[in-house]
Amino acid sequence: MAAIEVTGLRKSYGDVVAVDGVDITVETGEVFALLGPNGAGKTTTVEILEGHRSADGGSIGVLGFDPSTGGRAYRERIGIVLQEGAVERELSVREALSIYGGMYPRRLDADHLIDLVGLTEKADARIKTLSGGQQRRLELALGLVGDPDLLFLDEPTTGFDPSARRQAWGILENLADLGKTILLTTHYMDEAQHLADRIAIIDGGKIVAEGTPETLGGRADGKSMIRFALPEGVSFEDLPITASTVDGDMVEVSAESATRALHELTTWAIDKDVELEQLQVARPSLEDVYLELTDEH
Amino acid sequence: MSTEALRRPSVSSLVWRQFGYQNKVFWRTPIAAFFTIVFPLMLLVLFTAIFGNDEIEGLGITTAQYFTPGLAVFAAVSATYTNLAIGTAIARDNGILKRIRGTPIPPWAYIAGRVASSVYLAFLAMALMMAAGVVFYGVQIIARTLPAALLTFVVGVSCFAALGMLVAAISPNGDATPAITNATLLPVAFISNIFFPIENPPRWMEIAGDFFPLKAFAEAFRDAFDPTLTGPQFHWPQIGYLALWGVVAGLLAIRFFRWEPSSGSTSRHRRRDESQLESV
Ligand SMILES: Nc1ncnc2c1ncn2[C@@H]1O[C@H](COP(=O)(O)OP(=O)(O)OP(=O)(O)O)[C@@H](O)[C@H]1O
Ligand SMILES: [Mg+2]
Repeated sequence: MAAIEVTGLRKSYGDVVAVDGVDITVETGEVFALLGPNGAGKTTTVEILEGHRSADGGSIGVLGFDPSTGGRAYRERIGIVLQEGAVERELSVREALSIYGGMYPRRLDADHLIDLVGLTEKADARIKTLSGGQQRRLELALGLVGDPDLLFLDEPTTGFDPSARRQAWGILENLADLGKTILLTTHYMDEAQHLADRIAIIDGGKIVAEGTPETLGGRADGKSMIRFALPEGVSFEDLPITASTVDGDMVEVSAESATRALHELTTWAIDKDVELEQLQVARPSLEDVYLELTDEH
Repeated sequence: MSTEALRRPSVSSLVWRQFGYQNKVFWRTPIAAFFTIVFPLMLLVLFTAIFGNDEIEGLGITTAQYFTPGLAVFAAVSATYTNLAIGTAIARDNGILKRIRGTPIPPWAYIAGRVASSVYLAFLAMALMMAAGVVFYGVQIIARTLPAALLTFVVGVSCFAALGMLVAAISPNGDATPAITNATLLPVAFISNIFFPIENPPRWMEIAGDFFPLKAFAEAFRDAFDPTLTGPQFHWPQIGYLALWGVVAGLLAIRFFRWEPSSGSTSRHRRRDESQLESV
């Protein structure tokens, strides 16, 4: 049985349709990333699965539970990292982990978690004295404290410095290796690419593409891009194959077969005795696919 | 990774732990501790300094004998009504209630821990007030009426805890809550003869005073410390009236309680001392 099975999920706030018929299946042990721009419906989707919000329609099964009626037994098996979480500011980091950990039948040791998220120096500091990024790290630790089978992370690394982000990725990779199922949302292409087994791009409440980081949006069978600077004294029409100009002197060729196109181009250039400055060949990046699909040019 | 224990924690242990750590949070919020514990004691010092500690004419008891139980009730109401309302509304603004809902603790166990903590603090504030009265102002405690005093107190603070949760439930956010509690508690305290007995009050004032539960609480509790009275001093009509208010408030609080901050609430991550000071 899949860990998460959602079909036809819908949710509106008044006139605003936040989630508009979303289907998601996440297998046990899989890391699934929901990638999308601001207001796409990521938080709404995740919070319905967490049991925080009610859906207007669709069928939802998470670990065999309906989140809205799963109650204690359901919540003992999930961990939640909210986009905007907070804890009692007057408690220390260790106190917070011990009080929240105490609610679960299975729990991770507070000091171990503190080390894991890199808050060792702040273990006894009041939460109100932590920096924004440190509070997000505590948030991550609180999501893990019940040793969940399924972890929801809503923008887990927003506000992290680059090394903290790497560290968090390491923690999540470890969890994935332990067989935990993870559903995360993110704005960061590299995060989704690095962590996820599968990615869904959501925009305007709809899933617009889904696949592995390698195949998403037809990346695997997509065309390659060849770019170079238009040599001096050569006009655009002189080129041996169809190309398009991109800003200024840069020329772009979109090719089914990069080998063939390159051969044609370089043979032509050697004949003409011109240099193809700044020559590069690239597959469309996840970012290209993302920007194209979400219309954020 | 190491995991501890594999048993589901019992509900009573969850309530107990919540109780303990709500107390901890209370003592670490100096402004709350001041208004609940210290401020009513200051009123006692002030009143006896202003009015002297002679017998009040017509009542046959000293000023302190009259005021101390009333101020003990006032302190207890601050600990339950005011504290619960403000603390819970701020916890909701900050997303703490939402986090709680994402954990396995049964929601009512969390609320029970919060309420138990406020009731405990009410007892503490009351005991401190009565002790100060006895030690510094010769207030008499009467063994015969202690059971009535205790029963009245338990029913009274339960009633005001329910009212506090009701205010938390219907208050739009943590910023508005202190304004609501102060604007309700202070005028009602005046017409309930907490601060001084109003002689020949206008009729409407009397009716209003009789309507709100504070006067019933204060009168029943005060009479249990009146050496001129005889008998066990169980004021059943007042106790029943408090229970009625408590049950109605409790049901309404359950009906209207929200765990999520109202959308557009701007007071995220506000500190309690900031928002309480503004409106005191
Ligand atoms: N509580 C709410 N009340 C009204 N509208 C809401 C509410 N929550 C979300 N929305 C609206 O629903 C849409 C989806 O919001 P959601 O928070 O799910 O997006 P998101 O993908 O998480 O965005 P972000 O990347 O900014 O976190 C938005 O248009 C938002 O304005
Ligand atoms: Mg979001």
